[in-house]
Amino acid sequence: MSPTAQALLQFLQTWWVELVCGVVIVAVVPLIAGYVVLLERKLMADMQARLGPMRVGPHGLLQPIADAVKLLIKEDIVPRDSDALIFWFAPVISMVAALTSMGALYFGPSFRVAQDINVGILFVIGVSSLGFLGIILGGWASNSHYSIIGAIRSTAQLVSYETAGGLAIISALLLSGTLRIHAIVDAQSSNHVWFIFLAPVGFFTYLVASIAETNRAPFDLPEAESELVAGYMTEYSGFRWALYFLGEYSNMIVVASVATTLFLGGWLRPFPNVHWLNWLDFLPALLIALVGAYCVYRAGKQPVKVQVWFMWAVAFACFAVALIFLVPWIVAPLRSAISGLNGAFWFLLKVSAYIYIFMWLRFTLPRYRFDQLMHLGWYILIPLAIVNVFSVGVAMLFESEFGWNRWLALIVTTAFTLAVSLYLVHVHDKRAAAATSATAATSDSYAG
Amino acid sequence: MLDSILFYFFAGAAVLSAALMVTRRNVMHSAIFLVTTLLAIAGIFLQLRAEFLFIAQIIVYVGGIMVLFIFVIMLVRLDVAIHQIRFRMQRLVAFLVTVALGLELTVILLLAGRLPGGGLFVPKSADADRLPPNSEELAKSLFSSYLLPFEIASVLLLVAMVGSVVMAKNRKRTDES
Repeated sequence: MSPTAQALLQFLQTWWVELVCGVVIVAVVPLIAGYVVLLERKLMADMQARLGPMRVGPHGLLQPIADAVKLLIKEDIVPRDSDALIFWFAPVISMVAALTSMGALYFGPSFRVAQDINVGILFVIGVSSLGFLGIILGGWASNSHYSIIGAIRSTAQLVSYETAGGLAIISALLLSGTLRIHAIVDAQSSNHVWFIFLAPVGFFTYLVASIAETNRAPFDLPEAESELVAGYMTEYSGFRWALYFLGEYSNMIVVASVATTLFLGGWLRPFPNVHWLNWLDFLPALLIALVGAYCVYRAGKQPVKVQVWFMWAVAFACFAVALIFLVPWIVAPLRSAISGLNGAFWFLLKVSAYIYIFMWLRFTLPRYRFDQLMHLGWYILIPLAIVNVFSVGVAMLFESEFGWNRWLALIVTTAFTLAVSLYLVHVHDKRAAAATSATAATSDSYAG
Repeated sequence: MLDSILFYFFAGAAVLSAALMVTRRNVMHSAIFLVTTLLAIAGIFLQLRAEFLFIAQIIVYVGGIMVLFIFVIMLVRLDVAIHQIRFRMQRLVAFLVTVALGLELTVILLLAGRLPGGGLFVPKSADADRLPPNSEELAKSLFSSYLLPFEIASVLLLVAMVGSVVMAKNRKRTDES
């Protein structure tokens, strides 16, 4: 074997996990984003008592692929007076920032690109926030009023809610005492509890801030259809629009992964240290096999022959995945892969649950007005996050200095945080009521 | 080898985009080149194994300050404003500052070997992968030996924040009345 080939082989042996995961992230995330869109449309349809996309594939299962092909072959329009270079480049910034920040994440204990970065969680947050550069520049370069107002709104929203989100993250970082992603999850395993139970206010603040950061309803002011057409994306079409879209959905996956890592126990299964619940390790294979069985059951009821075949194909794919999960249990040399596979399953399950909550909120809550959004961010969320950081710190101090029980300390300080939040809401309500009565008085004077 | 390649790449990118930042006519283009300059400097930090400075540079400068810069550029029509408030003595002052800076740099480079501690050249640098983790070291030194300067800086920032809030509030009140 020539030395070059040997060097290459050695390189591959050292880096194959990183390479495979990197390729998977770049190649599969767009597909996942497409199916998240389909799920969202189906869910919206369900909540509004409709069927949603049904035409392409059984129950519209091939709709994302049809949409992707349509977007790829659409005409790419560049407005005449736009700044063409920035207009071309801006969507790429959005997409690249989201994918790069995924590089530092751990999808399960062994699936990752970058190995154990010392500032891992900060890297994810910092780099994913660069995506807003793409939004701002795209809105500015379009040379259109709708775009620029959408971009300015998104900037203001970013500045307000990133502060709250960053402060919310600090509460979990205080509890884990590290910035390494792997060590954060290990801390939750050695504490025998997910941090959502230790810092519930922090999790809630991060949930709200992450919805606002990903520009989703009820905080989707930057692209409010009824006011701004499509916000910063108004002038975009075809593939560039698709890039923005992908960036947005990748960002959703990123914030969901950050929340999962920090608050929901990462890749730990429920009750990771309780031994009589060890049968939960078989659950991933079982669940996927059940989905496959359901597909077989539904296959007989499809009206068109192609759809029957497609259902069978999906069922076989599910069985194959379930088999992959089961193989390490049977083949002894692969036993070490169990934790990796199950970890990935639980991690992705939690991420999906988080994204599902996003969708659920989107169809349940009406959109905020812009001043309400700013008030919520600056008058309630940021003070709440600051008080929460303070409370968690005080609780840890009580535990280490005065020997309090950790739960007692955290319950006391959380109660304090909640009291402060109630006070904040009360003050805000009073101010809002005063403002309404003031405007009512002026309109009365005009009427009289 | 790889280290020096990375250094020259990031340094070249930083210098090139800094030059472009100064020479572009369009303010937004200047802002973008400032962003690339800052990112390249962050890359140099990372190449020096200062991972906390690297990410702090990205979060604070690119994610925070540059967003505000671009925000202001979009809100204010700078193309008009610049022509109105052009500073007459700009060329003279710029020339003087450039000469002073150039002299300073030349003197430092010439005297580099004679400065205490060997000046700019570190004869025996530590192995990069043997260095202690940068975030922890930074936190330790900030909260032990440099606690007083750290607190002074934070109080200063707090005062600035309160001051800006008060100023913004006052103007709003006069607008409404």
